Amino acid sequence: MERIPILRMGRFLLVSIQVDMHDQLALTLQDDLTSRIVSDRARGVLIDISSLDVVDSFIGRMIGNIAAMSRVLDAQTVVVGMQPAVAITLVELGLVLEGVRTALNVEKGMALLQDATE
Amino acid sequence: MKSKMLADLIRNNEHAILEDWLVEQQKSLTRSRDKISDSELRNESTSFLKAVVDGLQSGEVDTATGAWKAAYTELEKIATTRARKGFSPTETATFVLSAKQPIFARLAQELGSKPADLVAETWTATAVLDKLGLAATEIYQRSREEVIMRQQRELLELSTPVVELWDDILALPLIGTLDSNRTQVVMESLLQKIVESGASIAIIDITGVPTVDTLVAQHLMKTVAAARLMGADCIISGIRPQIAQTIVHLGVDLTAVTTKASLADAFRVALSRTGASISGKGAAKKEGTNAAAA
Repeated sequence: MERIPILRMGRFLLVSIQVDMHDQLALTLQDDLTSRIVSDRARGVLIDISSLDVVDSFIGRMIGNIAAMSRVLDAQTVVVGMQPAVAITLVELGLVLEGVRTALNVEKGMALLQDATE
Repeated sequence: MKSKMLADLIRNNEHAILEDWLVEQQKSLTRSRDKISDSELRNESTSFLKAVVDGLQSGEVDTATGAWKAAYTELEKIATTRARKGFSPTETATFVLSAKQPIFARLAQELGSKPADLVAETWTATAVLDKLGLAATEIYQRSREEVIMRQQRELLELSTPVVELWDDILALPLIGTLDSNRTQVVMESLLQKIVESGASIAIIDITGVPTVDTLVAQHLMKTVAAARLMGADCIISGIRPQIAQTIVHLGVDLTAVTTKASLADAFRVALSRTGASISGKGAAKKEGTNAAAA
């Protein structure tokens, strides 16, 4: 089955979504990520969505949920690299991902995670 | 075919009709006389009259058919240039309609002895010329509308510049009323610029926005939310006293956004957030007063 790889970088987990996100894939990612946060004792999660150019309300909510779940497991979440069109779509859908940190690119996102977990 | 008779008549008297028609046109063109030269007028009239004769030659009175295509193309050219040059709709329609008088005069001359034919041919000429006259007005109006649409688009683009104030700091000076269309353009250009420049702070300056109602506030909040999703913080500046009052009276919640009275204040906040500073007499003095106030 198709899976989105979760990479470990020190205390952080790195997820880069490079394929079209469909609903099952998002659910699998949610399962995988929560178990990895627990097993790796991760302090932060960085989700790179720079290759994602289409989102719907389900995927938008999924991203919000993943962030909320990570927070419960005491890991900070940063969503990075959102495309302008995706940002506009999410805002129009009324999904402003409150409580999710955002950054323009992976570099800035990493810096944000370092600051937040120190 | 009846209308062929008319076509032949016009062709045989083409020169005389053209001269009379030009005189008629000169008479009607009092106000816009200097906008078109005599030779231009003559060229336009000659080619249009030829196209009309060709149309009549086909025997079709219905000007929507293929035979009239050449006449319409000529008319389109003429009406469009006239609209651009600032002729009035009446003057544009009169170009066509003033051909009636010379044509009718020839008809009366040639067919004076056959009243039935005269009436029939006059009717044909009237029907055709009226249709062409209306078409001229329509083309004129369409090309004016195109001009308005283009200007609207240009205004939309001109009025939403995104400027880079400093490394990592963008400013978006908004001027004019914010409606949904403009918000969309503003949002798109801001987000695009954030991607290009990698900025982390955007200052939205609303000094030039005349009124802020709930809808405008909502549009602003949308823009702020979209920028935040891209990882950029927004500061709203240039809030005038009256606007501050309106915002509170309307119950608009702006607590989620940093707001500043002036662009200078917002810029200072942005600089301190990015860890940059400006040194110099004026800057130091301001810093000093701020420190004293704190």
